[in-house]
Amino acid sequence: MKQFWAFVKKEFLHIFRDRQTILILLLMPVVQVLLFGFAITTDIQNTSVVVLDECKTAESRALLNEIGSGRYFDIVQYIESDRDIDAIFKKGKVKIAIVIPQDWSRLTGSYQEAPLQLIIDASNPNEASILTGYLQSIAAQFGGAEPLINVETRMLYNPQLKSAYTFVPGVIGLVLMLICTLMTSVSIVREKETGTMEVLLVSPSKPLYIIFSKTIPYFVIALINIVTIILLSMFVFGVPIRGSIALLFGVSITYIFASLGLGLLISTISQTQQIAMIISLMGLMLPTVLLAGLLFPIENMPLPLQWFSTIVPATWFIDMTKAIMIKGLGIGLIWKQWLILLGMTVLFIGISVKRFKIRLS
Amino acid sequence: MTPDMPAVIQVENLTKRFGDFTAVDHISFEVRKGEIFGFLGANGAGKTTAMRMLCGLSHPTEGHGTVAGFDIARQQEAIKKNIGYMSQKFSLYNDLKVWENIRLFAGIYGMKPKQIAAKTDALLKRLGFMAEKNTFVEKLPLGWKQKLAFSVAIFHEPQIVFLDEPTGGVDPITRRQFWELIYEAVEQGITVFVTTHYMDEAEYCDRVSIMVDGRIEALDSPRELKQQMNARSMDEVFRQLARKAQRSAD
Repeated sequence: MKQFWAFVKKEFLHIFRDRQTILILLLMPVVQVLLFGFAITTDIQNTSVVVLDECKTAESRALLNEIGSGRYFDIVQYIESDRDIDAIFKKGKVKIAIVIPQDWSRLTGSYQEAPLQLIIDASNPNEASILTGYLQSIAAQFGGAEPLINVETRMLYNPQLKSAYTFVPGVIGLVLMLICTLMTSVSIVREKETGTMEVLLVSPSKPLYIIFSKTIPYFVIALINIVTIILLSMFVFGVPIRGSIALLFGVSITYIFASLGLGLLISTISQTQQIAMIISLMGLMLPTVLLAGLLFPIENMPLPLQWFSTIVPATWFIDMTKAIMIKGLGIGLIWKQWLILLGMTVLFIGISVKRFKIRLS
Repeated sequence: MTPDMPAVIQVENLTKRFGDFTAVDHISFEVRKGEIFGFLGANGAGKTTAMRMLCGLSHPTEGHGTVAGFDIARQQEAIKKNIGYMSQKFSLYNDLKVWENIRLFAGIYGMKPKQIAAKTDALLKRLGFMAEKNTFVEKLPLGWKQKLAFSVAIFHEPQIVFLDEPTGGVDPITRRQFWELIYEAVEQGITVFVTTHYMDEAEYCDRVSIMVDGRIEALDSPRELKQQMNARSMDEVFRQLARKAQRSAD
């Protein structure tokens, strides 16, 4: 055991003396959270709108006032002819044109159907449908006419539809995978490349000590990262932790072990640091970003991809983290996912220990 | 030559096959205590594979042998405690200081911290490295690094030290200094098992074996070998034997 701690100490020295790397490891989560939070946001705010008001009555002005006064839409220009719309859209700044027909206020006054025309730049379909939804609900409220069927929608767990609620669990999943898997595999393979691994293997040190000592520093860094991300998302983006913090950490630690196990596994199959890096980035980061439900909902994927997403550890982690942070669920409702993740962890570590031993004989 | 000394390495019909390929083909030899044993052969002749078996890194397919009195097939852990090893790749940590490297490796071999500290100072003084105790190994010139690596390999006073092309890439003067360290180790009673490409170094060995295509083609003192093959230098001896090789270097 004393030998094990001597190795752990050595690993910490390696990491702390590599100033650039340690800085990247500690700052990467901050940058990612800020990037996802501010740049890749799917929230709608201050969308530019142009208006062709052919009606020009008190009612139509009142409607436009209603639309423009919220924080979702800014009316940037009033145009006189529908021929201008195309030119404005091509400039790209404006996404929506609202056309109020001449007889609109007469129709609203007479309790008939009063159509408004929305012309929307749908080159980003998701955004287009969200914008339509917002505008429709504003118009419906304004109309005040009793619809035949009144659908009352309540958004549970995330009433303001903040995208931070979905990306924070995803970013934790991504950062932990990157640090634990990539760094562990690279640091083991580096010793293979430089020849120090050979010397360690010829020495009476236990091979398992050598590889497990590599994982300890990254485990510590991963914990620091989780705390950083959670604090940032709480205080900068107002994401709540509704469930138990202990459970959140329990689940995260399981996921860290899974990622470390994957790192060990990758180190047993790669001979050079480049290969370890390519496998970690292409083989793990891409599926984590694309398939684990971080950016795109898994339910919308074609079936084969849905099946594939079940073998991506991050899928289960992100699912559980969302459940704990956003919905406030307890272990009773996520134990299945947790067992699956635990099973993967045992599998990864088991295979890598076995492969490491085979390589020796 | 030290014919009256007991054997510390004994190998009989040692064989290693990878599938159809026989990397090491029934080799037998003995190395006696306090001897400098040169293990020569062209690239791909099977030197490294043989050495890995002796160091407990690889199981023999056939044959048996003992190193420091322990069976190479069954008692690898005991062997590892009794040998030192230095590879052709530079094998210390560049981002650790000189004394940290010594402490790490000595600790792995079970030496006590106090013992390590005292011996570290003694060693650095003897090598004239005392001023570099806190230097990162990275900053040392290659020749110094290799001397340090060798000193670390024998720091725990093993019975045998295995050197895998220890002087690759250094100039003749540094090589000569390196060999002085080897002689010092031998005076302490350490047996030296060394592979090398440099034939002038082969001349420094008590006995050399020359491997060709996985078999030992010649084994004797450099003087005897030169006489037998009517050659003026070990280089000539090596060329005559290596010419028979069927295998190409890998």
